[in-house]
Amino acid sequence: MHAQALYVDDVELVPPVRLMPRRGAGIRVSRPPAGSASGKVKNGMQMKGPDWGEVLSAVAAHDKASFATLFRHFAPRVKSYMLRLGSDDSQAEELAQETMAMVWRKAGQYDPARAAASTWIFTIARNLRIDAFRRANRPELDPEDPALVPDAPPQGDAVVERKQNAERVRAALAALPDEQRQVLHMSFFDDKTHSEIAAALDLPLGTVKSRIRLAFGRVKASIDELGE
Amino acid sequence: MTMHDLPKHHPGDELLVSYAAGELNEAWSLLIATHIAVCPRCRDRVGTAEALGAALLEDVSAGELAVMVDDALERALARATELSEQHDEIPRTPSIMTKSAPVLPQPLRDYAGGDIDSLEWRRLGSSAYHVPLVAKRGAPTARLLRIPGGTVVPEHGHNGLELTMVLSGSFTDDGARFARGDVETADVDVEHQPVAEAGGDCICLAVTDAPLRFRGPVARLVQPFIGI
Repeated sequence: MHAQALYVDDVELVPPVRLMPRRGAGIRVSRPPAGSASGKVKNGMQMKGPDWGEVLSAVAAHDKASFATLFRHFAPRVKSYMLRLGSDDSQAEELAQETMAMVWRKAGQYDPARAAASTWIFTIARNLRIDAFRRANRPELDPEDPALVPDAPPQGDAVVERKQNAERVRAALAALPDEQRQVLHMSFFDDKTHSEIAAALDLPLGTVKSRIRLAFGRVKASIDELGE
Repeated sequence: MTMHDLPKHHPGDELLVSYAAGELNEAWSLLIATHIAVCPRCRDRVGTAEALGAALLEDVSAGELAVMVDDALERALARATELSEQHDEIPRTPSIMTKSAPVLPQPLRDYAGGDIDSLEWRRLGSSAYHVPLVAKRGAPTARLLRIPGGTVVPEHGHNGLELTMVLSGSFTDDGARFARGDVETADVDVEHQPVAEAGGDCICLAVTDAPLRFRGPVARLVQPFIGI
């Protein structure tokens, strides 16, 4: 948590362990984002797009070219997210611009030891969406609270771990059975309660909950493998 | 805090996923946010669920990707400038370091209007006390409960989901013991009779979807008055 912004320069190389199929789960590389080099396989190594954590630290230093790179990738995705969750086009456009404005303004507060860059951007988009719709307050954790029970001290290089987590999560998501990926997708993108998801899929509520737990458990396990 | 003190009973991952997605209403969010303040395990899991949200955000196919307006980037930068003029880096209020950490973690302390000593308890039934925190018609409710040690809560069932998080003291239910930070989940299938352990008061945060169903004529008689 107190790690300096340590950026390693070898993260272009995905560790070979990632390419080894795990038991019972054929690894599929998730779809490459448009306009990036991600997904191209060369000499058995997956070539990745920009390291968003590094781009974000350049943005923190007010580098507009880096911001433009970040914007081209994330703004349309955030807008898609807002559209999926029921915004009309102009509202989704506004919220995507607002999200990126916050990214520019708060880039200096991004802590790579806590979360991957994409995760940090997702939480900004999510919070702006909640604020915009004001359907309900969303009480939040206060990381400065003296009553907070702190994390165990991080083992090894937490920064590398977080970055690889983002990769891992995408690979794990792609490897899930369709029915499990579907309930996760609906949980984030359909603005539905568990009961509403159950009704939409014509499934018992208990099945929806256990499917989400199972899917989440697999994703979590794929990250935990890395840490050991 | 030693390992011994860490919570052993956790909310289901499907709730942590919904919290990360921004899809929980106020009462449930309050419980999850309070639990993750004292439970590093679940805080880490919420972080993983947020990484999952980021992965879903990134994995939009090129065909589905929204298109930003032409000058979106310039507008976002202009908005960022406006934002920083509006509230330029509000310095965080330093946490008041008292000798002992508060009993109520944030965000619960804000909802309760202070820590445990400043609460205005109201009588609930013959021997318990409560402080309503979130009480909106037709929405899940959140309240603090204070049950004197040794008290048996009348056996009851549930019309919906009930989550109870211990803040101080402890209770036992069907052989399991719940102490600070632990969350007990009871849904429509569960009929139970928790017992506050002898010693001090047991103080809990209780969130319910729907009114509880008390068994027995006496309990049924008091239910309209106690209002849980």
